[in-house]
Amino acid sequence: MTRTFTRQDLAGQVPRSVFGMTFVQLAEQNENIVAVSPDLMISTRLAEFVRQYPYRFFETGVTEQATVGIAAGLAACGLTPFVCQYAPFVSMRSCEQVRTDIAYPNLNVKIIGTHAGMSPGAGGATHLSLEDIAILRAVPNLTILAPSDNVQTARAVRLAAAATGPVYVRLVRGSENSLDLYASEEDCPLEIGKAVTLHDGNDATILAAGHPAVQESFQAAELLERDGIHVRVLDMASVKPMDREAVVRAARETGAIITVEDHNILGGLGGAVAEVLAEECPTRMTRIGVPDTFVALGPSRALYDRYRIHAPAIARTVIEFLKKK
Amino acid sequence: MPLIPDKSNILQLEKTAAELRLSMVNMLQTAGGGHFGGGLSAIDILTVLYFHVLRIDPANPRWAERDRFVLCKGHANCAYSPTLAKRGFFSEDLLKTYGQLDSHFGMHPDMNKIPGCDMSTGSIGHGTPLAVGMALAARVLKKDYRVFVLLGDGSLMEGSTWEAALIAAQYRLENLCVIVDRNRFTCDGPTDGLGDSQDCYGIRGTLSLEPVEDKWRAFGWHALRCDGHDIAQLVQAFQQAAQMKGKPTAIIADTVKGKGLPFLENRGEYHYTHLTDVQYQQALTLLAGQMDALQQSIEAGGDQ
Repeated sequence: MTRTFTRQDLAGQVPRSVFGMTFVQLAEQNENIVAVSPDLMISTRLAEFVRQYPYRFFETGVTEQATVGIAAGLAACGLTPFVCQYAPFVSMRSCEQVRTDIAYPNLNVKIIGTHAGMSPGAGGATHLSLEDIAILRAVPNLTILAPSDNVQTARAVRLAAAATGPVYVRLVRGSENSLDLYASEEDCPLEIGKAVTLHDGNDATILAAGHPAVQESFQAAELLERDGIHVRVLDMASVKPMDREAVVRAARETGAIITVEDHNILGGLGGAVAEVLAEECPTRMTRIGVPDTFVALGPSRALYDRYRIHAPAIARTVIEFLKKK
Repeated sequence: MPLIPDKSNILQLEKTAAELRLSMVNMLQTAGGGHFGGGLSAIDILTVLYFHVLRIDPANPRWAERDRFVLCKGHANCAYSPTLAKRGFFSEDLLKTYGQLDSHFGMHPDMNKIPGCDMSTGSIGHGTPLAVGMALAARVLKKDYRVFVLLGDGSLMEGSTWEAALIAAQYRLENLCVIVDRNRFTCDGPTDGLGDSQDCYGIRGTLSLEPVEDKWRAFGWHALRCDGHDIAQLVQAFQQAAQMKGKPTAIIADTVKGKGLPFLENRGEYHYTHLTDVQYQQALTLLAGQMDALQQSIEAGGDQ
C-alpha cells in the first residue's frame, strides 16, 4: 500500500505540487484515473503523471469548454477523469459544462481548480478567482473542498478520488505556507461534510476555509489567547456539503461567529454559514474576505493583508466584534 | 456495422421512419406541442443509426461494448425517445407521459432517466466535446466501440463544437462520427441568408454556415455530404465513415425542417409548435398512407 504523506514529505512544496505528488500515487493505484488539462498540465503539476502515464493524459489545448465536456464523456464510459485547470476559468468559462455535463448527470469527474482566490497576486482580476465557490455552491451534486495546508491538500485529493460523483478541489497557486496545521494525512481528520476543530474556545468561533485563511485564523486564535480571549477555530475545508451541526453548535456555544475566506464575502463560506445560522440559530456574525470589489493589483501577501486575511487583522476584528456584542 | 442492406431492408427502414414520425406526432399531440421542426428533420438519421448502424443491445442498455450516441441537438428528444422506445429499450406506452410531472421524458434527454440514452443533453454545442471524451475513453479502455453525435445547424455556431473538432483531429479519432442535421434553420430563422425577410422580422436569417464540408476538412476531418432523408444515401455515408482511418468523419446530412408533414416543412416558425386538430388529422392520414404504401412495397419484394 502506498504511504500517505507527512508534513516533512511535503516541506517546501506548493499546494498544486502536493496535488501532483498525490495524483501520481492515486494513478498508480487505480488505472481508471485519467487527466485532462487545457494547456495547463505543467502549471497544475501534472508533468510527472504525464511522464509515467502518457496514454492516460489528454492535452486539450486552450479549449476550456470542450475540456470539461471531454471529461464528462470519459466519465460516462467508466473512467475517473481529473480536470486540471485554473479556478477562475473552470468555474466561469466552462461553468455551464461543469453544471450541465458533469453535475447534472452526476458523473465521476474531479475538478482541480488551482490559482484560487487572490493567490495569483499581480495576475489581476482576470486570473483571480473570488467567485468560484459562490458559483459552484449553487450546483447540485457537486462537492466543494478547499484544503488549508499541504497535508490537508493531499488528504482532500485522496477524498475526491475515493468519492463517487463530482468534486471540486480548490487550490491556491502560491507558496505562502506560514504554518503547517496537520502533521500527517493519518492525523488529518478531514471528511466530506465534516468540520475540523483546530482550536478550542467558547468566546467566539472563527470559521475559515482554504489556504491561507485557516492558517491565519489559527494564528489569530493563538494571538487572542494572550489577551485571554478563547476562540474556537473550525476548518471548513468541506465547504459543500457543510457541517451544519458544527456551525450551529459553534453559534450556540460561543454566540459570536467570524468567517474568513479568500473569496468574495458574497456567496462563499460566509454566505453559506449565514444561510445555516439564519435558518437554525440566528447569531451575530461578521465576514472577513473580499467585500464585493475587484481587488487592486499587487503581490498576494499584500492583498491578503489589505483584506484582513492575516492573523493580527483577524485578531483585531474578533476583539472589535466582541466589544460590539 | 451490417453490410449495405438490400432494397427490402431500405424499405423496411423507411417504414420504421414513418412509424417514428407517427409516434412523435402522437406523443407531442398528447403533450400539447414540441420541437416538431428539428425532430422531424432528424428522424431518418436516427432511424438509420438505431435500426442499422449502432452496435447496441436494448436488453442491456449499459453494455460496456456498445456504440455510443450523443444527441447534441437535445431538443430533438421528441424524435429520439420514440426511436429508443421502438428499438426496444422501453415500452412505447411510457411516451404518453412526455412532459408531465415526474415523467422520464421531456424536451431534452436525461441519461439517468431514459434507458438507452448515453448522455444528458439540451444545451446546444455540448455534444461534440462529450462524444470526443467517449471516443478517447475507448482508447484508454482498449475497446472498439464507435461514437456518434448528431448536431444541428445551431451546434455549428457554438465555439465548443470547434474546440472539440480540433481535439478530435489531433487525436485522430477515427471511431468518432459527427452527423449534421442540416435543416438550415435555427430559432430566429434560416441560416445562410436563405430567408424570406418577411418571415424573420426583416432580418436575413441567422448565421451563414456554408461551406460546411470545407470547415470540417479545414479542421482535419473527413467530410462527406448526403441527402439526410434518403435512407440508402445515409447508409452509404455511415459505411464510409466506418472505413475511415486516422481521422474522424463528419456527415453533412441535408435535411428539411419539419420533413414529412408538408404544412410544416421549411417553416422556421414551426421550430416549436403544436398541431391544430385539422393538422393532426392530416398528419395521421398522411403517415398512415405512407406506411401502407411502404408495407405493400415490402410485401411485393421491394420491386415497386
